[in-house]
Amino acid sequence: MLPELSHEEIHRYSRHLLIPDVGLKGQQKLKAASVLVIGTGGLGSPVALYLAAAGVGRIGLVDYDVVDYTNLQRQIIHGQSRLGDLKVESARDRMLDLNPEIQVDVYNEFLNSENAFEIAEPYDLIVDGTDNFPTRYLVNDLCVLTGKPNVYGSIFRFDGQASVFYAKEGPCYRCLFPEPPPHGLVPSCAEGGVLGVLPGTIGSIQATEALKLILGIGEPLIGKLLLYDALDLSFQTVKLHKNPDCKICGENPEVTALIDYEAFCGVPSHDHEEGSAGEEWDITATELEARLKEGDDLLLVDVREPHELEISNLKGSELIPLGQFASRLSELDSSQDIVLFCKAGTRSTRALEIMASAGFKKVKNLKGGINAWAMEVDPSLPIY
Amino acid sequence: MPTIKIPAPLRPYADGQRALILPGRNVAEILEEIVTLYPELKKHLYGDDTQLRPFVNLFLGDENIKELQGLDTPLTEGDIILIIPSIAGG
Repeated sequence: MLPELSHEEIHRYSRHLLIPDVGLKGQQKLKAASVLVIGTGGLGSPVALYLAAAGVGRIGLVDYDVVDYTNLQRQIIHGQSRLGDLKVESARDRMLDLNPEIQVDVYNEFLNSENAFEIAEPYDLIVDGTDNFPTRYLVNDLCVLTGKPNVYGSIFRFDGQASVFYAKEGPCYRCLFPEPPPHGLVPSCAEGGVLGVLPGTIGSIQATEALKLILGIGEPLIGKLLLYDALDLSFQTVKLHKNPDCKICGENPEVTALIDYEAFCGVPSHDHEEGSAGEEWDITATELEARLKEGDDLLLVDVREPHELEISNLKGSELIPLGQFASRLSELDSSQDIVLFCKAGTRSTRALEIMASAGFKKVKNLKGGINAWAMEVDPSLPIY
Repeated sequence: MPTIKIPAPLRPYADGQRALILPGRNVAEILEEIVTLYPELKKHLYGDDTQLRPFVNLFLGDENIKELQGLDTPLTEGDIILIIPSIAGG
């Protein structure tokens, strides 16, 4: 039995009720539906807002983070007045302001193999709006093991991907990407940046797919991957096939329970820059300042991209972008003391790994990057 | 000659190029051309052996080359090869 709609709800959803494919019955299906949104960031913002506005009766939000200043460039569910607040609470308040008829459940938790089944249990489908590989594999495996559709979206700079991974009817995420890329090969949005409106486009597509699945209309993106390139404004759909050897949804699955996804991916389950290469290799901004004041002969090597110099710069540093680092290693002298830096310490850690494996010993990583220098030593520099 | 499209995460290793028109009678040959031109791309496409890394997917039109003839998939004038990377941003 589908739930009845009140007169207020009929009025509110008038534009849905006018569409024959939705109608009164469709709107009742939306009211009866439950969706779990993992992540209330770039993708989660439009997903949660549109599902709330559409009248999905029960929406769960999972996020452990607080609203940060750098989120507001794209995470439109949050606002300046909520800086420092829990993201799930900020998102819930905005959703209930948009539509008080719905129920919003919040999980201020780090989704992991221990709590995932319990959190997901009450929901019909799951929307993946996370920002890291371990959680993406976790969400995929959770959906395969529980038989729920995974409405997938992912973004980087100007590029987006969307699909519906539903192992009962088609391939899963692991069929396409059996293994995650090794640590450091694919930059995250925190390192590489993202056009603020891009998650708006991809998140809206995820919300569309979720609504279609609930309503049972149209052709969902099962067995298809949508690729979006904002620069030439092109959409392309490619075919995905179920992999018979898939480790979780194939003919002889090896993965039959949730695993340790941070170990599987070799990276932490978040997109915050760590900025440290380990105690032995790090130098703090304050230590670096002291050594420079003492007149130590240090070569500062900036591994950022050339355009980042316009934002902030350390005088006397030499620029070797990370992308060219391996091929330009011969420009560096292994007898010289070298300090590598980038924005926050992630790319310089990679450069340090390249140098260390090439035998360089007198090399340090500026912990926290030029942002740490701006914070600890030179407040005239901006933080980005 | 066929075109190979380079996704955003790999562009820093290919001088920022978005697409390249390169000679190649099959997928293996066009990949050989691109890694010769941009050697830093090699470790992003191939593992220690000559196999493509499992998270690198190549598509010809709307079909994964794994469903065609893999690296031996023949290419003709005007074909477009897409490299679809694993991205995780959200």
